[in-house]
Amino acid sequence: MKNAVGREIPDELLVGGREVYQGKNYMDGKYIKKASPCTKRCEKPQESKIVDSIAQALRDCGAKDGMTFSFHHHLRNGDYVANMVMKAAVEELGLKDLTIAATSLGSAHDPIAQYIEDGKVIGIQTSGIRGRVGEVVSGGKLKTPAIIRSHGGRPRAIEAGEVHIDIAFVAAPTSDCVGNCRGIGGKSNCGSMGYAMTDAKYADHVVVVTDCLVDFPNMPASVEAIDVDAVVIVDSIGDPKKIASAAARISQNPRDLMMAENVAKVIASTPYFKEGFSFQTGVGGPSLAANLFLEKYMDERGIKMGWAIGGICGPMVELLKKGKVQKVIDVQDFDLDAVNSINNTPGHYEMSASQYANPANKGAFVNKLDFVVLAALEVDTDFNVNVLTGSDGVLRGAPGGHPDTAAGSKCCIIVTPLVRGRMATVCEHVVTVTTPGDCVDVLVTDYGIAVNPLRPDLIECLDKAGIAHVSIEALKEKAYSIVGRPDPVQFKDKVVAVLEARDGTILDVVREIKPYTFEG
Amino acid sequence: MIMQIEKNAMAGTLESSDALVTVEPNEQGIELEITSSVMNQYGRQIRATVLETLDRLDVKNGHVTVVDKGALDCTLKARVECAVFRSCGKSDAGIPWGGVIK
Amino acid sequence: MIKRPKPERFRLRRTMMFMNAQKPGLIKDAYIYGCDSIMLDLEDAVAENQKDAARFSLYHALTTIDYGDTEVIVRINGLDTPHWQEDIRVCVAGGADGIRIAKCESAEDVKTVEKHVEMAEREFGVEVGRTLLMAALESPKGILNAYEICSASERMFGCAISGGDFRKCMQTRFQRDGIDMLVARGQMLMAARAAGVQCFDTVFTDLDDEEGYEAEVRQNKAMGFDGKSLINPKQIRLVHQIFAPTQKEVMQAEAMVRAFREAAAAGIGVFTVNGKMVDIAFIPGAERTLRLAKACGMYEGDLV
Repeated sequence: MKNAVGREIPDELLVGGREVYQGKNYMDGKYIKKASPCTKRCEKPQESKIVDSIAQALRDCGAKDGMTFSFHHHLRNGDYVANMVMKAAVEELGLKDLTIAATSLGSAHDPIAQYIEDGKVIGIQTSGIRGRVGEVVSGGKLKTPAIIRSHGGRPRAIEAGEVHIDIAFVAAPTSDCVGNCRGIGGKSNCGSMGYAMTDAKYADHVVVVTDCLVDFPNMPASVEAIDVDAVVIVDSIGDPKKIASAAARISQNPRDLMMAENVAKVIASTPYFKEGFSFQTGVGGPSLAANLFLEKYMDERGIKMGWAIGGICGPMVELLKKGKVQKVIDVQDFDLDAVNSINNTPGHYEMSASQYANPANKGAFVNKLDFVVLAALEVDTDFNVNVLTGSDGVLRGAPGGHPDTAAGSKCCIIVTPLVRGRMATVCEHVVTVTTPGDCVDVLVTDYGIAVNPLRPDLIECLDKAGIAHVSIEALKEKAYSIVGRPDPVQFKDKVVAVLEARDGTILDVVREIKPYTFEG
Repeated sequence: MIMQIEKNAMAGTLESSDALVTVEPNEQGIELEITSSVMNQYGRQIRATVLETLDRLDVKNGHVTVVDKGALDCTLKARVECAVFRSCGKSDAGIPWGGVIK
Repeated sequence: MIKRPKPERFRLRRTMMFMNAQKPGLIKDAYIYGCDSIMLDLEDAVAENQKDAARFSLYHALTTIDYGDTEVIVRINGLDTPHWQEDIRVCVAGGADGIRIAKCESAEDVKTVEKHVEMAEREFGVEVGRTLLMAALESPKGILNAYEICSASERMFGCAISGGDFRKCMQTRFQRDGIDMLVARGQMLMAARAAGVQCFDTVFTDLDDEEGYEAEVRQNKAMGFDGKSLINPKQIRLVHQIFAPTQKEVMQAEAMVRAFREAAAAGIGVFTVNGKMVDIAFIPGAERTLRLAKACGMYEGDLV
């Protein structure tokens, strides 16, 4: 069945009330019954929940074949925890038919690819999939299709019981002996632990893995001991160098700067750019650089930003410290400046993934967002964005909060170079739709700006401000005139991943990659 | 002008948006090897451009290796032409600009 | 094949950005940054053993990339190298708008290049006289001969000083106040003005020294340069900003040119603006101001 972004969704996926994507806000106003976990009572006074090993914790939590384990990615590419847990589960306990429900998987998790190939791991649910895991899934090695959800779609699915987490693993930079966890104060700090919060509330069992035991009570806790079954102390939970870089530096690339300046111009031309406006930006080159130019416009107009959300890094913390933004609310930190600031700089707070972006709760931050500036691997002439599959069709990206912020914000700006090497970023059809075009408002490239025709009001704003813009078709043609028209990527029939829209409908599917031949 | 690939020659780099082209003498016909960072979408076009360029230069025999890093057609042509002219020791002067080089 | 329009000898050239002709990723779209001229470099940026490869790249870039209104100049290798003759052939065959003669020291150098350009124009069926020339003055001798160099050919549109080599010759280094090249800049400007051609300042190489860069650009503008050579796109904006006329200058220029045109149309030799008589000698300057204003997006009328 064809969905609202023109993608053919195989009927066999549309079972158990599953629907295809119908357009944004389709589920608005509907009621959901929240799932509740089955958790153990701990009535007796207790000294400590510390157990000897991850394997012991798994046994204590009744780990068995067919279970779903959850992980969060605050340790980013420095994470050791997911690999340690999977190794213990598969190699020490001999478990199989496992499902991994992660907030993101990257090249740090390459060892897990082997468990997929061996059939030990049969399900992957994640908001990001890169490295070897992406390759083996695209190669058709995973037994069931991977399910890819946004950062908001994931807590929605957990709360609705579509994902049942048997054991949630919390990678904790610090924990006390009963499992109050924080992202700071240890040796592998990550700052916010927002993605782990929903998992801990909805999992049957919660295991904290830490490399820094601190005195009870570790307050204020990000994940609370009331939800924790066991605490495991390991030598190291991750490589600090890969968890948080020293400081995210604003790009000096002239192309990035040019695009960033145009992003700021577009923002300043809209009526939402006024005292107290709200803002989120990615940490990619041109997105982050937009901060710099935005500050100039704020100074010029004498206005301040009300609040900023998202993954946070140094330049935003800098604005907070200068008093140019009142509050920063943060689900993840990208550099040490942000890590050291959270819950420390007045106005810098932590939030859960659900509070950040879940479309099924009653107060997600994204729904009050004025502007979001996002990157893209590909954008098509319907403004559909792909941030998941590479030009070769292989899973190597992350929807993350992209679809959530795009849908929630009043003005969603995508910023990307028109071509990367020989790849046309603006194209006829994206390989995979990860953010539907009806949520995307403006596209800024190094060759020009295009406004979604669904937003005549924004077109008027740009015209009034004298900002030149062209049709997205013109940008696509320009791109093809430079790089040539690409051949379509070849896929086999087998669906290897299902891309869920944030509301739980099916937005697109990714199929098994077909090895390239000249004859095709 | 028939160009004979007389000795091994290279042109280009492995930088992004470039291609490294190597030509070697070969007895029977053209043998072409291509690897590319954009194989899935441009493999055929890359092959067509390289063969067209060799044909224009009237190269009948040669082993040609292209390691492409997302080069545009104009870059591919320039690299193939330079490698072929270098293999004949004729790359420094008197190039037929606008003739077989076009 | 892209056919570039016939080059204009005296066009706006506030910013001339150097690009290595051998780097495909750079030259494919250098025009997007909005500099007035791109300077594709076959000289210092290209290693000695890659001169041949750079020419092939350059030829295909010139003939396949649509640079639009951006002028495309090529810096060729010096006349003391074995490369310059083939450089000229490829520039002319590819349809470059102009050639920058490196290390130019005399009118003779210009005439030598001009002769080979003309030969190439005939060889490749290009209109004779199409390819423009400019001279890079890199030595005290070049500066002292600036006037004869600038007036050596009808193709010459300007000259530029090349700071790196010049400072070496003079046994000095970059000075923040510009004292190291004050005389040379002044002398070159006078020669260029006397010969009726444009004049461009050297590159500013320390990309992190924003203050020093701004000071130099302001000095360039104050001294009367037409533009500046650049090494990075991020330097473009400041030059365009500083070289922009003021709103008042634009209004005055517009009034002057309009009054002049109206008077001329009516066959009147003398004309006034706001009741004051205006000397006809001010008109070319006023027209230049309007052209500059148009390029800066400050003037949308049709007088230029």
